[in-house]
Amino acid sequence: MNAEQKPAPSQWQPGVTPDEVMHRHGMIGKPVSRLDGPLKVAGKARFAAEVPYEHLAHAALVHSSIARGRISELKTEAARAAPGVILVLTYQNMPRLQNPPLFGSAPKAVGASTLPVMQNEHITWNGQPVALVLAETHEQAEYAASLIEVRYDVLPAKTDFDAAKRQARAPDTILGEPPAIEIGDAEANLQAAAFKVDATYRTPRYNHNAIELHAATVAWQGDELTVHDATQMLNGTAWTIAQLFGIDEKNVRVLSPYVGGGFGGKALWDHQILAIAAARLAQRPVRIVLSRASVFRIVGGRTTTEQRVALGATQDGQLTALIHTGVAAMTPYNACPEQFSFPARHLYATQALKVAQQVADMDMMVNTFMRAPGESIGTFALESAIDELAGQMQLCPIELRRRIEPSKDPVSGLPFSSRHLLEAYQRGAERFGWDQRNPVPRSRRDGEWLIGMGVATATYPYYRMPGAAARIKLTNDGHLTVSIAAHEMGMGTATAQSQHVAERFGLPLEQVTFELGDTTLAAGSLAGGSSQTASIAAAVIAAGEQLIDQLLMLATGDSPLAGFKRDQVEAINGGLAVRGDTTRAETYAAILQRAGRTALQCEAPAPEPAELQHYSMHSFGAQFCEVKVSAITGEVRVTRFLGSFDTGRILNPKTAASQFRGGIVMGIGLALTEATEFDPRSGRIMNPSLAEYHVPVHLDVPEIDVMWTDIADPHSPIGARGIGEIGITGVGAAIANAVYNATGKRIRDLPITLDKLL
Amino acid sequence: MQFTINGHAVEVEADVRTSLLDLLREQLGLSGTKKGCDQGACGACTVLVDGERINACLALAVQYQGRAITTIEGLADEQTLHPLQAAFVEHDGFQCGYCTPGQICSAIGMAHELERNVPSVVTADLTAQRIAFDHDEVRERMSGNLCRCGAYNGIVDAINATFGRASA
Repeated sequence: MNAEQKPAPSQWQPGVTPDEVMHRHGMIGKPVSRLDGPLKVAGKARFAAEVPYEHLAHAALVHSSIARGRISELKTEAARAAPGVILVLTYQNMPRLQNPPLFGSAPKAVGASTLPVMQNEHITWNGQPVALVLAETHEQAEYAASLIEVRYDVLPAKTDFDAAKRQARAPDTILGEPPAIEIGDAEANLQAAAFKVDATYRTPRYNHNAIELHAATVAWQGDELTVHDATQMLNGTAWTIAQLFGIDEKNVRVLSPYVGGGFGGKALWDHQILAIAAARLAQRPVRIVLSRASVFRIVGGRTTTEQRVALGATQDGQLTALIHTGVAAMTPYNACPEQFSFPARHLYATQALKVAQQVADMDMMVNTFMRAPGESIGTFALESAIDELAGQMQLCPIELRRRIEPSKDPVSGLPFSSRHLLEAYQRGAERFGWDQRNPVPRSRRDGEWLIGMGVATATYPYYRMPGAAARIKLTNDGHLTVSIAAHEMGMGTATAQSQHVAERFGLPLEQVTFELGDTTLAAGSLAGGSSQTASIAAAVIAAGEQLIDQLLMLATGDSPLAGFKRDQVEAINGGLAVRGDTTRAETYAAILQRAGRTALQCEAPAPEPAELQHYSMHSFGAQFCEVKVSAITGEVRVTRFLGSFDTGRILNPKTAASQFRGGIVMGIGLALTEATEFDPRSGRIMNPSLAEYHVPVHLDVPEIDVMWTDIADPHSPIGARGIGEIGITGVGAAIANAVYNATGKRIRDLPITLDKLL
Repeated sequence: MQFTINGHAVEVEADVRTSLLDLLREQLGLSGTKKGCDQGACGACTVLVDGERINACLALAVQYQGRAITTIEGLADEQTLHPLQAAFVEHDGFQCGYCTPGQICSAIGMAHELERNVPSVVTADLTAQRIAFDHDEVRERMSGNLCRCGAYNGIVDAINATFGRASA
C-alpha cells in the first residue's frame, strides 16, 4: 500500500462518533432461530469431551481431604499395578511448571490463582488435586484412583468465615476500581435522617453448575499442543498455558466451538494443566472429564458475603445517605473480591455516599466470577434496603426510585451514555399490573397461600474488552466470512453476529458466515462481563473499514465507484453504493471479478474502549415478581415474573429473550434454593452434587415475561450494551421484597428457605 | 454385549463396569447423549429403552443387552429433524444445547406416559379418564431434566407445540 492509498481515518471513534449501523432495521432485530440449532438438537454439536482421538488415555483425579498442611505419605503402588494404568501423576513426578500468571496481571493472563499446580507437597484447600491417574479406560482410571492412599500433616486452617472476617483487609482494587469511596459524611447524614434503614444482608457461596462437566481433550504433537477445551477465554488459555509450560504461545492451539454453559466458570483450572502434563509424560492424547463433585472441588464459585446497607432519606424521599459496605471471603492467591458495592456507585442520587469493600482470607478453593459477580448479590442487599425504606415511608417503591434517579453518575460525575431505567419501570409496571399490589404486607391470601408482589432494580455495567480482532474474507461469489476466536456457550454468538455482519455489509444472511471457537482465528477477547457482543462488533467495524478501503482500491477504471473514498460510500445490496445515489453501485462480486481477484482478506484489531472514558455506561432493568408463600409450610413459589430491561439495541429478540429469562431463572435459584454448603470446621464442600445443590427445575419456573426498551446506546458499537448478566441482577431482591409483601417477614439472609419463614 | 441401538444391531466388547452412558459416548461414538452428573440428578443422559425414558448414567450397559435403545441420533434420519427437535429450534428451547438431547428424549418418553394415563405428583384427579396435558403436568414430569441456561419456558413451549392436545 503506497502513500496515496493510505486508508481514510477510522470513521468510528469510540465515544465520539456513533456507529451508524445501530439505526438500521434489516437483519438486526429479527427473531432468527439459532443457526447452530439443528446441530444442537440432533446431538451433533461436538463438545470438548467428545473429540475422538486414537489411543486416547483417560484421566481421573484424587483430591485432598484436608484444607491445609502437607502430604506426608503417598501410596500409589496399588494404583500403578491396577489393570490398564498408564501413569500416576503426583507432585513427585509432575513436570516443573511456572506458577500461573494471575487473571488480570497481564493482557492474556487467566490463571485462577498464583498457586503452583501440583509442584510440591503443600495443601492449600480441601479438594486440591493430589494425584491424577491415567488409564486405558475411564473405568480403569476411576478404580485405580480409588486405590491411592494419602496421609497428611495437618495444619490449622482458616475455614470459618465468621472468624476470618474479623481480620478482613481492604484489597488494592476492586477490579481496577477503588475499594472504598466516600462523598460527604454519610454516617452523620444517616444519624440525622428523617427516615433510615440500616441492615445486614448475608449471601452464601454458589456454584455455576453448568450442565456440561468441565472437560478437555489434549494432545501433543512434538512441541505443538492442541487443547479441545470448554472455555470462555480461548486466547487467554493458550497464552497462560504457554507461560506455565515454558513454550511458545504459537504452539498452543485451543479449540472450543461449543461450551455447554459457562456463567463465568468455564476457565483455566487445574484439570486442563494436569491433563496436558500427563499427556506429555505418557506421550498419549488425554481426555479428562471432571465428576460433578470434582467440579465443586477444583472450580471456584461465587463467594460468601456479609453486606451492610444503610439509607437515610428526607421527608420528601431524597437520599441523604447511601452506605454499602461489607466483606467477601477470598484467598491471598486470587483477586475476585465480588464487587457487590458496584451498583451503589451508579444507581441513585444521594447527598452522601459511602462504599467500602473488604476481603477475608480463607483456606478454600479460590472463588471466581459467576454471572454478574457482585451485582447479583449486591443488588439483593441494596434493593432490599430500598424496599425497606419505601415501606417505612409508606411510599411506592417505584416512586421512591423515581425521586432518587440521578441526572449523572453519582461518583464519576460523567453523563450516562444512555439511561432509561424509569421508562423500564413504567412499562414493566403497566404490563405486570403493579397497581394490583396491596402495599400492606400479608393482605392477600388464597387458602393456605399468602400472595405478595415485589420489585427491584437490575443493573450491570457495559464493558468492552480489549484484545479482540476480526479477520474478514470476501470471496468473488460475494460471500463474506468473519473469523474471531469468540465463544459460544449459549448466547447465540454466531447467530447474532451473522445478523450484525449481514446488516453491516449489506448482505443476506445466507451470504455470511461467522466462524468462532479456535485460536487459529483472529484473536478474541474473553466471554465475560457481558462484553462479547460489543467487543466483537468493534473489531468487525475496524476490519470492515479496511475491507472497504481495499475494495475501493480495486474499483478503478469504469467502476461506478471509481474515485470515491470510504466515507462517501455505504455497504448495501451486496456491495458498495455512493451515499445518496444508490444507482452508483457495484456488488462485491463484480468488484472482485473485474479486478481478477478470487478473494480479499483483511484483519484489524478493535480500538481501545475509549467510550468508557467519556461516559458512565450501564444497563438497567426493573424486575417484577409475584410469589405465593404457604402459611403452613413456608414454601415459596414464584408464580409470575416480568423483567423490563434497558440494555441498548437488541440484535435478536428470540435469543435475547432466552438470555434474559435464563438470568432470571438463575436469580430464582440464588434467591430460593441454591447454596454451596461449606463446612466451617473442615473447609469441605458438603453438597457437591446436583442432587443436593438445588438449581431451579422446570416446576420452579413460571412463564417469565421479558420486555425491553430497545433504545440504542449512541456510544457503543451497534448500540448494544450486552445482556448476559443483567437478567440475574435484582432478582434476589425482587423475590425477597415479594416475600415480605406476602408474609410481613423480611429475610436478609439468602437463600430464602422455608425454615426462615416459619 | 449385544444391543439394538437406533434400529441397528450392535455388538461390542466392554468392561462390565461400563455404564450405558459411557458405552454410548466412549465406545460407540454416540456423543449426542450427554454426561452432566453421572449420578442421576440432571437428566442430560436420558435415552429411550423400548420407548421408556431412563438415565443412561445409572444403567450398567450389561443390564440392557438385547434391548432396543434410542438415542438423540436415532430420532430422525440424517437429513431431517423429529418434529420435537424442530420445535426446540423454533421455540428456542435451549441455549448452550448441552441438556437438549436429554430434554428431547425425556419429553418423548413423557408424552408416552401421559398417553398411557400414568399419573404424576401434581395429578389432581387420579380417576380421570384422561390426564390433562397442562402446564403443571408437563413441568412436573420434565423436572428431572435440568437446564442451567434456564430455557425452561422455550422447552415447555416446544413440547406443547408438538404434543399438546386441544384440551391443554
